Amino acid sequence: MNVNGGAQSHDVEPRTLLVHYIRENCGLTGTNVGCDSSSCGACTIHVNGEAVKSCTMLAVQTEGDEITTIEGLADGETLHPMQQAFHECHALQCGYCTPGMVMAAVSLLDEQPNANEAEVREGLEGNLCRCTGYHNIVKAVLSLSGGDK
Amino acid sequence: MIPASFDYKRAGSAEEAISLLGEYGDDAKLLAGGHSLVPLMKYRLAAPAVIIDIGKVADLSYINDGGDHIAIGALTRHRDIEISELVNSQIPLLAAATRNVGDPQVRHRGTIGGSVAHGDPASDTPSAMLALRATFVATGPNGSREIASDDFFSGFLETALADDELLTEIRINKVPDAKFSFQKFNRRAQDWAIVGASILVNGADTGVGLVNMDSKPIRSAAVEAAVASGATAADAAEQAAEGVEPPADLNASVEYRQHLARVLTRRGLLESGVS
Repeated sequence: MNVNGGAQSHDVEPRTLLVHYIRENCGLTGTNVGCDSSSCGACTIHVNGEAVKSCTMLAVQTEGDEITTIEGLADGETLHPMQQAFHECHALQCGYCTPGMVMAAVSLLDEQPNANEAEVREGLEGNLCRCTGYHNIVKAVLSLSGGDK
Repeated sequence: MIPASFDYKRAGSAEEAISLLGEYGDDAKLLAGGHSLVPLMKYRLAAPAVIIDIGKVADLSYINDGGDHIAIGALTRHRDIEISELVNSQIPLLAAATRNVGDPQVRHRGTIGGSVAHGDPASDTPSAMLALRATFVATGPNGSREIASDDFFSGFLETALADDELLTEIRINKVPDAKFSFQKFNRRAQDWAIVGASILVNGADTGVGLVNMDSKPIRSAAVEAAVASGATAADAAEQAAEGVEPPADLNASVEYRQHLARVLTRRGLLESGVS
């Protein structure tokens, strides 16, 4: 598979979860394991451009696919606009949910570039922030949306 | 949580999947999007010896205009159904139910066929299939056969599909002028329904499918008959819990589920133009 623009090839057991493959075989530990039961969204990454929960996929299911993780968003030292917006809006407290939240938010605006506040809140329903810092997260996403604020 | 070990086979086509099913029988489970099966395997509630991955069989992912019906390939992802112009204009109840499945990440991976073939009474879309009187196309070594939605769901996580059959297509008659409502009660965003209801009112025909009110997805023939005989929404909805045996769990008792079924059915009927 292709991860963040580079080929990755490893022999793994079929039961290896995608999130463990990314963290342990690819060494990309920005993607977090939270609930490990597809509820919290901390493990959200993109497969072929769409946000998915990598704890609920087997690595073998994505053979040949394009994977993007939080490490693949920035352009060198320049943060991705969504990362910059999270920084500017103080959209993180402890930061554990942040990689998944950013990946879900990027996918959300790809699909709904003019999402309004209700659509942003609905669109991020698969991501939990246990610091409950939702207001600033929503503010950060809305700052990049072309829709009514 | 890591699943138990299994042998992994990837099918490149429907034919190959059916042949592998013939080879491994009930030791094998089909893996489509994996959003019902993988969680069960992680909890070790399922431990199939062989996984047949059909997730990359691209020609089973489509939404086609079949003239009087819409034909949906079994591997079509929830997200594609949710945003499909054909589905939204011709069978909008299915789009409404699909928007309530899990969350965006789940809908990006989960497939319509995987969801209905799992036969989970708590799933959202089977209730819409029942209300819409969908037809399921099962393909096995000797060809294809059609299964009516009323005959498809046979028990808890059980369907009429044989061990060597693959669900390949779902056909739903167009009902562009029908009034409809999908009602779901849950405690938190993205949770499973504690109870849900799919309501379709198409002229004189009424369809009512209930979520989590029995060991399998069910239709409420009693409510449908009451509406047909001219009952008000409130009176018809009183029948919603008649003759069904909902499960009791940490979220709800039997009595509470029966109450929710009546309330959600009434709301859905009112929203669908039954006064």
